[in-house]
Amino acid sequence: MSRVRVLAGTRKGAFLLTSDGKREKWEVSGPHFAGWEIYHMKGSPVNPERIFVSQTSGWFGQIIQRSDDGGKTWDTPGGEKMPKPGEFPAGVSNKFAYDTSAETGKPLTTHQFYDGKQHPWEFKRVWHLEPSLTEADTVYAGVEDAALFRSKDGGKSWQELSGLRGHGTGPMWQPGAGGMCLHTIILDPSNPQRMFIAISAAGAFRTDDGGKSWKPINKGLYSQYIPNPTAEIGHCVHHVAMHRSKPKVLFMQKHWDVMRSDDAGENWKEVSGNLPTDFGFVIDVHAHEPETIYVVPIKSDGEHYVMDGKLRVYRSRTGGNEWEALTKGLPQSNCYVNVLRDAMAVDSLDKCGIYFGTSGGQVYCSPDAGDNWTAIVRDLPAVLSVEVQTLP
Amino acid sequence: MIRVVLPPHLRGLAKVGGEIKLEIAGPVTQRSVLDALEANYPMLRGTIRDHVTQQRRPFLRFFACEEDLSHEAPDAPLPEEVVSGKEPLLIIGAIAGG
Repeated sequence: MSRVRVLAGTRKGAFLLTSDGKREKWEVSGPHFAGWEIYHMKGSPVNPERIFVSQTSGWFGQIIQRSDDGGKTWDTPGGEKMPKPGEFPAGVSNKFAYDTSAETGKPLTTHQFYDGKQHPWEFKRVWHLEPSLTEADTVYAGVEDAALFRSKDGGKSWQELSGLRGHGTGPMWQPGAGGMCLHTIILDPSNPQRMFIAISAAGAFRTDDGGKSWKPINKGLYSQYIPNPTAEIGHCVHHVAMHRSKPKVLFMQKHWDVMRSDDAGENWKEVSGNLPTDFGFVIDVHAHEPETIYVVPIKSDGEHYVMDGKLRVYRSRTGGNEWEALTKGLPQSNCYVNVLRDAMAVDSLDKCGIYFGTSGGQVYCSPDAGDNWTAIVRDLPAVLSVEVQTLP
Repeated sequence: MIRVVLPPHLRGLAKVGGEIKLEIAGPVTQRSVLDALEANYPMLRGTIRDHVTQQRRPFLRFFACEEDLSHEAPDAPLPEEVVSGKEPLLIIGAIAGG
């Protein structure tokens, strides 16, 4: 019988929640890396026992952890005792060094800072880890300040794909309230050369040559809080999702507005429809129904909690515009939690399971595509990210 | 034998329980102690001093013999009590965060 493993990253450690395919009874393992912020953890599609973790701290910086046994044991890749002379240097799995200009040796570019002046890139943390669909040793990292890194040795060392920062729009990027982070990485299962990323606050970008060159894909986005609301760069994209059977169809939760593209990001149209508010962070797609999508509307950018004290997931079975509130099993009074951008995931069992974690420390599961919800756990530290693995 | 005490989070990361003991050939300085520490525990690289700049991370400080050595030069000799192993070098995380 299939089973699921939910990977929950929190402000104070990582938790693994496991269940059989019924998704009724759960075992909780954790906290792993107690006391550290776990921005994201994700398993390799090639080897599900391999799990990558972004572990961070304002005191001690960035750590990359990896498990090769499904989370029973963890190691910093290359963090073992010093190798013999001539071997690859150890202890650089947390080294994210930005590329410099090949001509001058100086920083590749600068970005716009809060004061409107130009500011050099400074590494802060890894927001998102995206393991390759085909290579167990290859994994991508989206970092703050916004850049994309890749490891081809299982996380031991990282190299920047600097065509993203270097393509010319870098000086127009600027930090959102949460920092200037690259938070979304989507690998196209039908085209290994194509990848989508999103940055707050710069927008969405696409590469069609494996990360060498990039183009902004923000046409149709409208953000009234920037000087030119339809600018090519500057939009605060919160998250993007895709169904693997329709890789040209993208769904976006922008700062405000839920958006949709049917041409791999070339053009976007708003599909907020009848949502009570179209501010939010998460967006995801049903595992078996490419036009069924989920969001959790948040009251506003000034009030980061759900509306009216009611925790409601909204589902559209029409790819947007027509939304229904899903409430059964979710608190409908005095609830003021937030759901952050990487804190929703779907499993691929026959009845698709939907999962999300809240700033109040709950991780909810719906084993029937959103009709009914139960809390797997209620009292974790604030949840930063949720991923789920469907295991044989 | 040089004794080093790490903050709890880094003890967990390095998978050590108590003090760390290090053999150091040559002058005993902040730099030589951190070099030896990172050579023996590579997972600590980047957590005490920056990978690239080698600067001490802002929320960490170095103490020994009840003195704050954080602003001493990296190549300045550490106190004799640290060199002899009588006193440990303490790496302390700032009490911060509200």
